[in-house]
Amino acid sequence: MSKKINLKIDGIPVAVDERTTILQAAKSLNIHIPTLCYHDDLCIAGNCRVCVVEMKGSRTLPASCAMPVSEGMEVMTNTLKVRTARKHIIDLLLSEHNANCTTCYKNGKCELQALAAENKISVASFIDLVPHKNYQMDTYSPSIIKDDSKCIRCQRCVRTCEELQHVSALSVAYKGDKMKVSTFFENPMFEVVCTNCGQCVNRCPTGALVERNYLDEVWAAIYNPDKHVVVQTAPAVRVALGEDLGLESGVIVTGKMVTALKRLGFDSVLDTDFTADLTIMEEGFELLTRLKKALVDKDPSVKLPMATSCSPGWIKFIEHTYPEYLGNLSTCKSPQQMFGALAKTYYAQKRNIDPSKIVSISIMPCTAKKFESDRPEMRSSGYKDVDYVLTTRELAIMIKQAGLDFSALEESHYDSFMGASTGAAVIFGATGGVMEAALRTAYEVVTGREVPFNGLNITPVRGMEGVREATIKIEGTVPEWNFLEGAELKTVVAHGLTNAKKVMDSVRDGKSSYHFMEIMACPGGCIGGGGQPIPTNAEIRKKRTEAIFAEDSGMKIRKSHENPEVIAIYKEFLEKPLGHKSHELLHTHYKERIRH
Amino acid sequence: MSYSNLKRVDLIFDKECNPKEIIKNTWAKSNDQIINELLESGLKGRGGAGFPTALKWKYTAEQPEPDKYIICNADEGEPGTFKDREILFKVPQKVFGGMVVGAKVIGAKEGFIYLRGEYRFLLPELEAQLEIFHASLKDLKIDFRIKIIMGSGAYICGEESALFESMEGHRGEPRNKPPYPTISGFRSKPTVINNVETLVYAFMICMHGARKFKDLGTADSRGSKVFSISGDTPKAGIYELELGMTVEQFVEEFGDGDTKAVQVGGASGFCVPRKKFKETIIGFEGVPTGGSMMLFNSSRSMFNVLHNYLEFFEEESCGQCTPCRVGCQQLILGIEAVKKGERHANYLEHLQKLAQTMKITAKCGLGQSVANSFFSIVENFKEEMIY
Repeated sequence: MSKKINLKIDGIPVAVDERTTILQAAKSLNIHIPTLCYHDDLCIAGNCRVCVVEMKGSRTLPASCAMPVSEGMEVMTNTLKVRTARKHIIDLLLSEHNANCTTCYKNGKCELQALAAENKISVASFIDLVPHKNYQMDTYSPSIIKDDSKCIRCQRCVRTCEELQHVSALSVAYKGDKMKVSTFFENPMFEVVCTNCGQCVNRCPTGALVERNYLDEVWAAIYNPDKHVVVQTAPAVRVALGEDLGLESGVIVTGKMVTALKRLGFDSVLDTDFTADLTIMEEGFELLTRLKKALVDKDPSVKLPMATSCSPGWIKFIEHTYPEYLGNLSTCKSPQQMFGALAKTYYAQKRNIDPSKIVSISIMPCTAKKFESDRPEMRSSGYKDVDYVLTTRELAIMIKQAGLDFSALEESHYDSFMGASTGAAVIFGATGGVMEAALRTAYEVVTGREVPFNGLNITPVRGMEGVREATIKIEGTVPEWNFLEGAELKTVVAHGLTNAKKVMDSVRDGKSSYHFMEIMACPGGCIGGGGQPIPTNAEIRKKRTEAIFAEDSGMKIRKSHENPEVIAIYKEFLEKPLGHKSHELLHTHYKERIRH
Repeated sequence: MSYSNLKRVDLIFDKECNPKEIIKNTWAKSNDQIINELLESGLKGRGGAGFPTALKWKYTAEQPEPDKYIICNADEGEPGTFKDREILFKVPQKVFGGMVVGAKVIGAKEGFIYLRGEYRFLLPELEAQLEIFHASLKDLKIDFRIKIIMGSGAYICGEESALFESMEGHRGEPRNKPPYPTISGFRSKPTVINNVETLVYAFMICMHGARKFKDLGTADSRGSKVFSISGDTPKAGIYELELGMTVEQFVEEFGDGDTKAVQVGGASGFCVPRKKFKETIIGFEGVPTGGSMMLFNSSRSMFNVLHNYLEFFEEESCGQCTPCRVGCQQLILGIEAVKKGERHANYLEHLQKLAQTMKITAKCGLGQSVANSFFSIVENFKEEMIY
């Protein structure tokens, strides 16, 4: 047991564990100290100094986020000295910040704005520094816009990019008045090692890093009578959207979301879950085929372990960082891109719509999906497979723009076809979900029986541990797959690119012998995606995850191969998994990218 | 050279010294004896902050961690300070000697000299001197090595924790404190970091004993100190003087007869105007200094002096913490605006309050000390700021 430290905050005695900070100790007393550079997910920086407090016996005011408690300490969080200093600091930050709040994308969602409001800063007391700097906005990336004029240099993004993602596309450059958050050689984000994961966007307290929004383009498509606008929604959107519309985290809003999308004017509201199930079919068979080639045919060219390819942030990471392992990636497109390709082929044919008139929109928990939809490989339908990608946050904005009272909306179902989903597809939204869904199907294909876990819940691959391993023993195979009899399928799940790196390094160093790896770029998987409502922290991600698994267990069909629309599409259109048409429309290839 | 009022001391640059002999003799003593000798001498760090050297060594020695380091901070960057350059140039063996004694006391096997980027020209000679030093350690069967690491020319890297960051290959930004270096310094191990001059004095105390040092100076400021003197003076240069003199005594000796102000401690130090020369002691009971002494005569604009200092800080701040990064920019634009009449003279009071906030909220000594020159110049030369 750790030692207890006794201290007083604002005269109130409190005993806390050793190594607790003043900020944490104050929180335990429900004393709110404002912060800015501090973030639950990140290491302590102590950069912004907004959280300074008075400490008896100290000449200076320490930053409460970075100051550990000590025995007998007396802290005052609300003295005139503290208040004056805090106001000065906020004032200084404002003087360096392009405060065009009314036209800022983050208007109303900006932490600096909130602090200024809380401290009733009504007159700028210092000289506006913004005109003295030669700021240029970086708008080259299809995913992320970086506006240095709004940057308050708290380095949350830098810490995110380095600690959580091990990408370090963002770092600090220069010193003094010229100090800024920058990229390699100050190249645009589009040309550096950035994976577009958007985790920086999720943690930026101001409008300095935001997703590139496509609201106007989508409204224009909706209002265009010549266009048939199809929208798909990813599994992780339905458990987080409510947060931006006044609901608690972890509330499932699938039915209301579908109603809202219909009310917004989309011609067809469909579910990415449908292609998530299709991904399982394609990817599951791809894995089994690779295993057969490796084990039976002894084909040395087969690349194992096979890695999932659903997460575009992960794809770009491996393209930059481990290009020698591109052959290990599943050739499957992500569910979003499979959907896009089918929307302008299968869907168009069946509904008898000219594919050139179809506008394909997706609602994703992800900023990297915007980049993914722009990849030149993603035009196998003959058109751009997905025209515009909106984040969960952008959908919430559209719902507000349309004046819908979200919580009062009735619930409705996705349109058919390409709207049917299963529990297996829903859990794609959480880390380990693709693995679990794949195992549910692959095991059954190989043995003719359900996976031997309680109620299909493959708990070893669930959880928030950064890297999780599970081994499934295959027994009682059907004749076609009997070469797998007694085999132990070794799997690994990782989320957050720092954990991806750990897994890849262990594969590279020959320290592990996995067959199948699920890797998601974002912490918690898609539920913690860069396009999800802000703020994010471990507690919020946990609630979203619980909601995902609750949605799964409530569903009638929980295995991808039992999705009736998936069965139908193979019958009517694709013929069989890994067939000719599948290859043409649903599979892709990857390329090596620069490493800086 | 003679000094009418000031007592010249010759501890540091005295050539009568055999470092190998001192090391040998010191090795015969216990660590407690060495620490007590240092404690008795009253030696405080010569970098400016003035922490008792004996305590720094003692706290580090008490750490159970087996890997420890001793680092010589030779990142001398304060405007007007050039004493460490002279010491490293003239008596490097004494610097190394101080390091090996410190290493013995704390139990370090490795030491580093973090050398200012601009002092690269000293490197070949220092390396040659180190070879001689390492050879004598070998003769004495002492297992300790010193490496020289070059800085890249950032003032902030003189701040001890930014210096560690720089040595570890990171961007030179100060760390949060606590933990202090005595517990977690270079490579997160207990570390003693001393200024060049401090190490030499520690070594001299080992040679002469505490008495000789303690008999110099005042109760708060023991011993002698090396000053680098510049500005409007006919005697610019390096001088080792007894502590405890007043600014008046100093100006009598070094001024040009028209001195209107003395900047004690460089840009991060204090400006003493003529009317306060008599009452101001140079030392910890008055104005402390790392050694920089700049004299200004009546031909100088104190607005320009302050403007120069602020420009220096505006550029040399690491930029990570708000009060220092933005505060410096506001102070400089603020005094410009007042001078040009774009802001009312009372804006200076607003800036003084800002400087006060910087002094108590900045993350490290750099940001905290900007207020020193700002306050002392604005308060004492207000009319020069406005008209």
